[in-house]
Amino acid sequence: MNPETFWTYIFVGSSFALYLAIAWWSRVRDTKGFYVAGRGVPAAANGMATAADWMSAASFLSMAGLVATMGYSGGVYLMGWTGGYVLLALLLAPYLRKFGHFTVPDFVGDRYESVVARLVAVACAIFISFTYVAGQMRGVGLVFSTFLEIDVNLGVVIGMVIVCIYATLGGMKGITWTQVTQYWVLITAFLIPTIAISLQLTGNLLPQIGMGSELVGDAVPAADHGTSLLAKLDELHHELGFASYTDAFVGTWDRLNVFCTALALMVGTAGLPHVIVRFYTVRSVRAARWSAFWALFFISMLYLTAPATAAFARYYMIRSLDDKTAEELPDWFRKWESTKLIAWFDDGDGRLQYRGAADVTHEERNEVFHIGKLSAGEFDEIRRTHDDWLASDQTRGTDGRVRLRAAGVAGPDRDIIVLATPQMARLASWIIALVAAGGLAAALSTASGLLLVISSSVAHDFYFRLIDPEASEKQRLLVGRVVIAFAVVVAGWFGINPPAFVGEVVAFAFGLAAASFFPAIVLGIFSKRVGTVPAVTGMIAGVAFTATYIIGTVFAGMDRWCFGIGAQGIGTVGMLLNFAVTLGLAPLFPPPSAGVRDMIETIREPEGEGPAVDIDSTPEH
Amino acid sequence: MSEASRSPQDPATDAPRPLGAQIDVHDPRVVAAIDRYWRKNVAIMTVLLVVWATVGLGCGVLFADSLNAFRLGGFPLGFWFAQQGSIAVFVVLVFAYALLLNGLDRAHHRELERIESEATAPATTGPRAGGSGATR
Repeated sequence: MNPETFWTYIFVGSSFALYLAIAWWSRVRDTKGFYVAGRGVPAAANGMATAADWMSAASFLSMAGLVATMGYSGGVYLMGWTGGYVLLALLLAPYLRKFGHFTVPDFVGDRYESVVARLVAVACAIFISFTYVAGQMRGVGLVFSTFLEIDVNLGVVIGMVIVCIYATLGGMKGITWTQVTQYWVLITAFLIPTIAISLQLTGNLLPQIGMGSELVGDAVPAADHGTSLLAKLDELHHELGFASYTDAFVGTWDRLNVFCTALALMVGTAGLPHVIVRFYTVRSVRAARWSAFWALFFISMLYLTAPATAAFARYYMIRSLDDKTAEELPDWFRKWESTKLIAWFDDGDGRLQYRGAADVTHEERNEVFHIGKLSAGEFDEIRRTHDDWLASDQTRGTDGRVRLRAAGVAGPDRDIIVLATPQMARLASWIIALVAAGGLAAALSTASGLLLVISSSVAHDFYFRLIDPEASEKQRLLVGRVVIAFAVVVAGWFGINPPAFVGEVVAFAFGLAAASFFPAIVLGIFSKRVGTVPAVTGMIAGVAFTATYIIGTVFAGMDRWCFGIGAQGIGTVGMLLNFAVTLGLAPLFPPPSAGVRDMIETIREPEGEGPAVDIDSTPEH
Repeated sequence: MSEASRSPQDPATDAPRPLGAQIDVHDPRVVAAIDRYWRKNVAIMTVLLVVWATVGLGCGVLFADSLNAFRLGGFPLGFWFAQQGSIAVFVVLVFAYALLLNGLDRAHHRELERIESEATAPATTGPRAGGSGATR
């Protein structure tokens, strides 16, 4: 066993044992503790849990890779996923805490006194959560297969069992304290390698400053010494035919698309049910505000570091691959080659060329690809005919690069960048293992939070509120646990058979959250005039438009007829449509009932909030 | 259990001691106080959201290409706003919001307490003592 695998077993094993111990220690017996942790969680702890809940496998594994590939435009993810917290903190969190029920559909259903509104909200909450869980399970599989050298499917099953145990045992309380632990695991795993690389490349302890500094040190080729990292990246990108790293609005990312995507991600973040539900778990309205601050503070630790990771990774990626011969290629390339997430298809000169797609000449010279949406069989077949083509001096077989270009799989898979960067920088094997444990912590913490939303949506909003209002505490808890177990199995199935379109589906989730929940909740709090019919019509209009547009453009080959806005940004238009329809119809329909108007008054008024029950002091525990 | 957790001695809650009697929402002074609170709240929120939009969507997106003509250390300015500056400003905004609004909440609470004590003063028992709320 090599040291990397050894350390990975140590870190992953001990962190899993810790999570299970916490679940056992904080097991719960009533529904309040199951869904909202007894509302007794301190603000800073809740902030950490929210941060871990929010920072998924996508934030930990994919985001730096996205930024490294997209340069400036990658900022939409950084801004979108943090800017949404400002909306959440200012417009939603304190009021929803004051409202004091369990879930988001609860608020929508009570505020608009409508079964339809509740059902639309439940459906959106479940869809959004499942979409997300599918992505997490792919992350778990990726880490297990590359670091522990075990089968991807077995890895997914292990992850499922762990999540299932601590979610059904501990409910929200167990999950909250586990997520606090997972936050520290994942943030340590993210910061240590980046700080080490920053020191190596720029001599700066702070990566945030390092990425704007001059390149120095032994790891840097002498020719690059004294140039600033970002200037060097721009220069290399220009030379190799990639779009500029720091310039704004290059390629398909024009001003309108960057704007719409950033706004859709912000508003979508504020409307995500698994994040909103967090603010029900704190002691008071004040604590909800501090909790939102702590959450963003802890999230910003990763989000301010990720762009540095991205720039460093980009530099290493180009410098260690381009123009190298087979003997000169680094070990990390060989290691990842076996996963087919990066592959070299030579043109016959024995030197690797890594090129962008700025123009046809550059594009045709590129020799780096990844498997992407192709099946392993197809990929191997392309490799065989390509080798044949090379060996026969281009008389037999076919040039694999042409086929791979046509399949749109040029360049390395961006999901490997965070995992491979410590290896690129030749960091110690325990640091590389720590990153593996961090990736798992990120995926598992988000998955567990999402499973709880699915469980509460079905057991509370659907079963208890709509089907059997007489259900006892015990019955509801049982339904909740059964739903979690069922949801874990479905999520695991997605992890083992990942849909090829995870990225698009995640855009879908944000678009839906932006177009459905956000306007309904904001208007529910800030307007006493908006009644049932306008709000429900607005929600349905927003969801229908967004869903049709995304399905049409992504899957049915429809034109981007709405000002050329892509699937990721269309949630912004859906949200505006929802607002416009709701506000346009509001004067034509009766205002909400006196009871609802009183409820709105109560939500706005900070006095007389519901008690924060600490379940440790309740008699039945 | 809910009454117990609301007693003034309970360390589990950082909320101020709740007002004993139900707030009389028909008292015009209370209505005016609540109204003032809400308007200040909306004003603070609006200012912070304007900053949010200007920095995040303005400097980070809409004017990013023009700002890139300037440099901050080794960073083109628009790029820096999109990947660093906006996030830092977001954190500060949420911090300012928590600070300002929790202050506003406390001031609002004091105001209601004053109104309540003025209302109960003629009854010679003074402001309710034990939080039992049974003085009337």
